Amino acid sequence: MSGISKAFRGVQALKGVDFTVRAGEIHALMGENGAGKSTLIKVLTGVHPRDCGEVLLAGQSVSPQAPREAEELGISTVYQEINLIPELSVAENIMLGRQPRRFGFIDWKELHARARRALQRLEIDLNLHLSVSSCSLALQQMVAIARALDVNAKLLILDEPTSSLDEHEVAELFKVMRRLREQGLGLVFVTHFMDQVYAVSDRITVLRNGELVGEFKTAELPKLQLVGKMLGRELSAVEKVGDTMTLSADENTTRDPFLAAKQLGRKGGVEPLDLEIRKGEVVGLAGLLGSGRTETARLLFGADRRTSGSITLDGRAAALSSPAKAIGAGIAFCSEDRKSEGIVPSLSVRENIILAMQAGRGILRLLPRRKQEELAAHYINALRIKTPSPETPIQNLSGGNQQKVLLARWLCLQPKLIILDEPTRGIDVGAKAEIEKLVDSLRREGMAILFISSELEEVVRASQRVLVLRDRKKVGELSGEQINEDRIMEMIASHE
Amino acid sequence: MKQIFTRKNLPILATTFVLVLLFGTFSVLFDNFLSLRVVTDLFASNAHVGVVAIGMTFVILSGGIDLSVGSVVGFTTIFVATLVGKHEMHPALAILLALLVGSAFGAGMGIFIQVYQLPPFLVTLAGMFFARGMAFVVSKQSLEINHRFYSAVIDAGIPLTDKVILRAPACIFVAVFVVALVLAHFSRFGRNVYAVGGNAASSLLMGVPVGRTRIWIYTLSGFCAALGGVVFTFRTQAGNATNAFGLELDAIAAVVIGGTLLSGGVGYVAGTLMGVLIYGTILTGIRFYGNLDSSWQRMAIGALLLVFIVIQRLLTRAPAREHSH
Repeated sequence: MSGISKAFRGVQALKGVDFTVRAGEIHALMGENGAGKSTLIKVLTGVHPRDCGEVLLAGQSVSPQAPREAEELGISTVYQEINLIPELSVAENIMLGRQPRRFGFIDWKELHARARRALQRLEIDLNLHLSVSSCSLALQQMVAIARALDVNAKLLILDEPTSSLDEHEVAELFKVMRRLREQGLGLVFVTHFMDQVYAVSDRITVLRNGELVGEFKTAELPKLQLVGKMLGRELSAVEKVGDTMTLSADENTTRDPFLAAKQLGRKGGVEPLDLEIRKGEVVGLAGLLGSGRTETARLLFGADRRTSGSITLDGRAAALSSPAKAIGAGIAFCSEDRKSEGIVPSLSVRENIILAMQAGRGILRLLPRRKQEELAAHYINALRIKTPSPETPIQNLSGGNQQKVLLARWLCLQPKLIILDEPTRGIDVGAKAEIEKLVDSLRREGMAILFISSELEEVVRASQRVLVLRDRKKVGELSGEQINEDRIMEMIASHE
Repeated sequence: MKQIFTRKNLPILATTFVLVLLFGTFSVLFDNFLSLRVVTDLFASNAHVGVVAIGMTFVILSGGIDLSVGSVVGFTTIFVATLVGKHEMHPALAILLALLVGSAFGAGMGIFIQVYQLPPFLVTLAGMFFARGMAFVVSKQSLEINHRFYSAVIDAGIPLTDKVILRAPACIFVAVFVVALVLAHFSRFGRNVYAVGGNAASSLLMGVPVGRTRIWIYTLSGFCAALGGVVFTFRTQAGNATNAFGLELDAIAAVVIGGTLLSGGVGYVAGTLMGVLIYGTILTGIRFYGNLDSSWQRMAIGALLLVFIVIQRLLTRAPAREHSH
């Protein structure tokens, strides 16, 4: 096998991307959300047909039309969400669809022998009769890899294989990956964990907005440059942006925190970190996709159960073990996925605003209609929500205004802390500025705010303090004047 | 290495336990209960339910359901009776035709389910009404079957001892069971059924021909239903459009009591056999007891069913929590 090269041009998701994997190397494919990583993989494995371009496998032009065809050609994929049949045995999962047969009947002895050989190649000892559902996620992944390899794979694609593994399991996976590399396999490693890329890969290809940024030897590409390439901005080009809002930072640090989390973490989610938010303060969470920003917020809100650490609110210990309790304690969470977790599209603006408040009262104590209208009118005015009337279905509003309605919904609960996860995603520039203004005025009113955004500029502008996360770890904290994009990028890139 | 007492095997172990317990209790209570004759009778008199339930096992294993089987049984009885009685067709040919019609009917439903991605519950509900209608179109009156072939079949059987003969319906039931056992555990089709029921989306990505498998499953169920109808005519020597009303529910109950998860992916053909036998044992026991009507059997089945679905819920919920990420 001499290697694969592929190129296509004129696709909306991928614009003329070249990608080359050589036999016996681990090639990391990197990029932020929407960079085109998954599209590239899907074209390669025949899930999506390509518009133009060419795939060469060992010098031969190939064009698989379905995952199965790709597998037969020697291109195997292990997806992030492990695709196995939970109730079937390990051996069957490895051999499903290509069971050896004798006289038309499945030859179970031979099947187990082959499955064992496939696992031996990974040097893994596992009871073949166990049902997959009783194995850990890491082992399930190994089974999936063993299955992929059984088809004489030349190229193995691992799509976010480490996202649900703990540190030890990741190390095990890397061992297996290196072993396969020695056996002459080409491996594509799709991930957004930078440390892992540097730990295991030989080369890195970076995509951004469907375009190829470049292919680099891992050893020759400093982390900082990689971050720059992924985010699409060179360090020198980063402008110093407004520091008008950071002036009040000093006075804040003297105040007692409203919320203090110590060693807050979740196994397989976020590594233990400390976090404090004061009243009248915006704390930003900065980091790349998958760095643990949303996960941290969910832990605070009780949406995920923390496995370590404690939280105090106003100096008192708080359990915050469920969203309901968090809401009761005065915490609101504006989730990142507006469409599926936030708005109820067919209800009116008024109904969407009072939703959380009504839920808190129970269905028997209906909020008086007049009171509802007052509240709706108040927030439509205060947040400058552009809507023909409070009775307009929210689906008719623009994204920015929908976001404001969501904000209003939480504000009428009069929370002491509001968590804003990507409040500006998918809305236009003008609306973004308004949301930012709003955040600032809420802060001035004394609310504590946790602000999450993938746009560094925004975090820098809005926050008095910024926690920088990388690979689900807190890697640093900046406050006041220290906050600028360069520093954040350096922290994201740096080794400790 | 292979473990028997796993979480996955628990339902079928429970089934075995219930069957042994029931049979044991009745054997202690009644003289003559523990005899080969009772066992062969159990097979013979429940053969039609058994054959239908075995077909249903594959459907439920794949995560589906087939509500049409009772109607197909009813249709088959009147279809065969009419062909033999009114059109003087040889019964063997009539039976062959009936099996073809049943299979085609099942295949048709399978195609609808697969091609239009419709819920099996609704498609087979439509099939249930349609097949029952077809039965009444064939003939509204009950029709006797008088033919040498039928007398011959009814007299036939495998003598087990001097006095006990395994009758034709029981033989068919056992044969279907053996074939189904091999199909489920030693054919790719069978393993694909488990895979589709376990996780259809993953199966597709793992290269399992999900669509083809689904269509074959309903074809198989249709075939088994028609065969169940044929077995029914051996017992009654007549056809009637109203035969086997609600049989689909008996079959589903037998499959579920047999330890197959209604959510698909887990279960055994052997479990279904035991489910059918439990079903029959209760009725036989009640008969031995005196002339109690079958309402007691219904209640016992209802209670058992409830117990089994609760067991299944407890078993399936626990691992789901472990893996939620």
